[in-house]
Amino acid sequence: MFNFLKRKDQVKEGLTKTRQSFLSKLTSLVVKNEVNEEFWTGLEETLIGADVGVETTVALVDKLRGRAEKEGARATDRVQAMLKEELLAILRIQNPEIRIQNSLPRVVLIVGVNGSGKTTSIGKLTNYLKAQNNKVILAAGDTFRAAAVEQLKIWGQRVGVDVVAHQPGADPGAVAFDAWQAANARHADYLVVDTAGRLQTNFNLMKELEKIARVLQKNDPTAPHETLLVLDAITGQNGLQQAREFKKTVPLTGLILTKLDGTAKGGIVFAIAKELQLPIQYIGTGETLDDFAEFDAQEFVDGLFE
Amino acid sequence: MFDTLSEKLNAVFKKLSGKGKLSEADVDAALREVRLALLEADVNFKVVKEFLARVRVRAIGIEVMQSLSPAQTVIKIVNEELIRTLGEPAKIDLSGEPPHVVMLIGLQGAGKTTMAGKLALHLRKHQQKPLLVAADTRRPAAIQQLQTLGKQLDVPVHSESDTVPPPTICINAVKRASDGAYSVVLLDTAGRLHIDDDLMHELEEIKQKTKPQEVLLVVDAMTGQEAVRVADEFNKRVGLTGLILTKVDGDARGGAALSVRSVTGVPIKYLGVGEKLDALEAFFPDRLASRILGMGDVLTLIEKAQENLDQDQARQAAEKILKAEFNFEDFLSQLQQIKKMGPISQLLGMVPGFNQMAKELPAEVTDAQMQRIEAIINSMTRAERQQPEILNGSRRKRIANGSGTSVQEVNQLVSQFKQMQRMMAQLKSGKGRGMFPGFPGLGI
Repeated sequence: MFNFLKRKDQVKEGLTKTRQSFLSKLTSLVVKNEVNEEFWTGLEETLIGADVGVETTVALVDKLRGRAEKEGARATDRVQAMLKEELLAILRIQNPEIRIQNSLPRVVLIVGVNGSGKTTSIGKLTNYLKAQNNKVILAAGDTFRAAAVEQLKIWGQRVGVDVVAHQPGADPGAVAFDAWQAANARHADYLVVDTAGRLQTNFNLMKELEKIARVLQKNDPTAPHETLLVLDAITGQNGLQQAREFKKTVPLTGLILTKLDGTAKGGIVFAIAKELQLPIQYIGTGETLDDFAEFDAQEFVDGLFE
Repeated sequence: MFDTLSEKLNAVFKKLSGKGKLSEADVDAALREVRLALLEADVNFKVVKEFLARVRVRAIGIEVMQSLSPAQTVIKIVNEELIRTLGEPAKIDLSGEPPHVVMLIGLQGAGKTTMAGKLALHLRKHQQKPLLVAADTRRPAAIQQLQTLGKQLDVPVHSESDTVPPPTICINAVKRASDGAYSVVLLDTAGRLHIDDDLMHELEEIKQKTKPQEVLLVVDAMTGQEAVRVADEFNKRVGLTGLILTKVDGDARGGAALSVRSVTGVPIKYLGVGEKLDALEAFFPDRLASRILGMGDVLTLIEKAQENLDQDQARQAAEKILKAEFNFEDFLSQLQQIKKMGPISQLLGMVPGFNQMAKELPAEVTDAQMQRIEAIINSMTRAERQQPEILNGSRRKRIANGSGTSVQEVNQLVSQFKQMQRMMAQLKSGKGRGMFPGFPGLGI
């Protein structure tokens, strides 16, 4: 319980920075508390500055203008409350139905572009799962990047879980296959599979990813039960393209939004949520094991207006 | 995107007079569309504002040239201003006495370590003796990562225990290089947030103690609006001499480059374009400008062709085409030359108007098709390649078996080839000069 609180605090602290800048911009807009053209322009810039993207921003602002007129809202704080509602509505996505609850090990496949924070997120996710009394096994599926296997092994040691690894350059599908066998034999609750970073434009590497998912299905036709795309909060409009392409390749069930302890707002998740109905499952807010939490849409959006 | 931007601009100008001078209203209408294009490319909104203000001043009152439409005139001005803002390309500064210290800094996951390896390889190609320095003691296995890269490249790596403070490691490395054994010392520092005061201080200390000739900020091409603040902080605290843009091989439009360049004023020195250690490119402002505007990358395509196509072979092939003596052997050698330039899908992406198509119609179709064609030709005997007319039913069956394709596919290729030969015969009588006439099956 104490640990849980500590984690919460750390996460909050990380998020505060994100909030402050967003908040200060919005409060500077509401000094006059009167909805005018200046307010709308400022609102638009705030959203675009948070990487929400032109299309989503224009759609949001249009909708708010319509609502403000219809509901006779002339005060900016009314419109701000509406914006909050709209943002929340976008993020409130039903988590995709979890397939076959009792199939063990539950396979979690972690994917994403280079440098988004996959391996670190796996360390934190594993710590999180283990704290809930789950037995976790890791699969070192990034056999490409120099020392990626070592990096995962260090996280495995820190958290105290086994890592199944092959030689660098080995077939990641084979690693995933063996890791599932090991996880099954050792009665693990979770198998978390690391994969090499890949840009969504790299056709061969995307095919390889498809194969990893296929190989996992040889062991358990319902696997992978979760496929999480790791997205760096600083990513701009390309984040949507990433989510689109990865979703075409593997059955994505959600996002891990990382590096939220910086000043980036991660606004692209609104476009992703809107178009692809992908929920954010977890957030990363720092480099230590505890800088990790389940995503809370209410908290996230509240944070932008606190 | 170029098509959509220019189409949008055309639509804007259709309502207007068309020729003559660009009025304020014309320009403002056009710049609204340009603004959207830049924002979609992740250029920071404040940078966009300043940029458009400059374009506006230049564009208003300008005479629309006879040869250009008003839309093209605006695009031309935007493009020129974009190129000017992106600045002149620059190489690593290695003037003065060695060893030259080069410091790589940036956020986590920007690609510093990979870039350190790429720069080491690049510098060695230019007769330098690089020493890589593992100054990232924070991220698990970062030291091993650099060591592995060093081994792959056969470039020495200076590393110490991860309990040694990074400034000490860097100082020791520079000492190690000062007896003349190494000419360039590449410091791979840990990724850090621009708002992490302690870690930013560590960079200041490393800089102060190693006196680097270059402090290069490594920026991910996919970075969004925050690029401005990140670059500004790193520049204010550490002082930058240059920028490196990574992951340019993806499909991000790379507007962050414009943001970062605007706010720091330091030159962009290199682009990272892939995971392989030789995937390093010089920066050309015109190409990046085209990319940010979504105009494709024709220049890169032209350069790739120049680099990879054997001019003699191309000339021979052209002569054969003109004489209508082109056979499967010539065809195969042309296919192989094109393949050297990279995946077809990637090549298509560089052609304006094709980049959308290249996305919709992924490598699957084109590259796999190319591979099958190659396999079929490789399964032919030399006589069959030189005299396609001897390909009878049993030969075709053998070729299909040998290449893992079907007789239908072989038939299709042969009939397409015959079609091509007929086209060449027509060219012979006409004025054809194409190196690679359209091959129906490939759709190129």
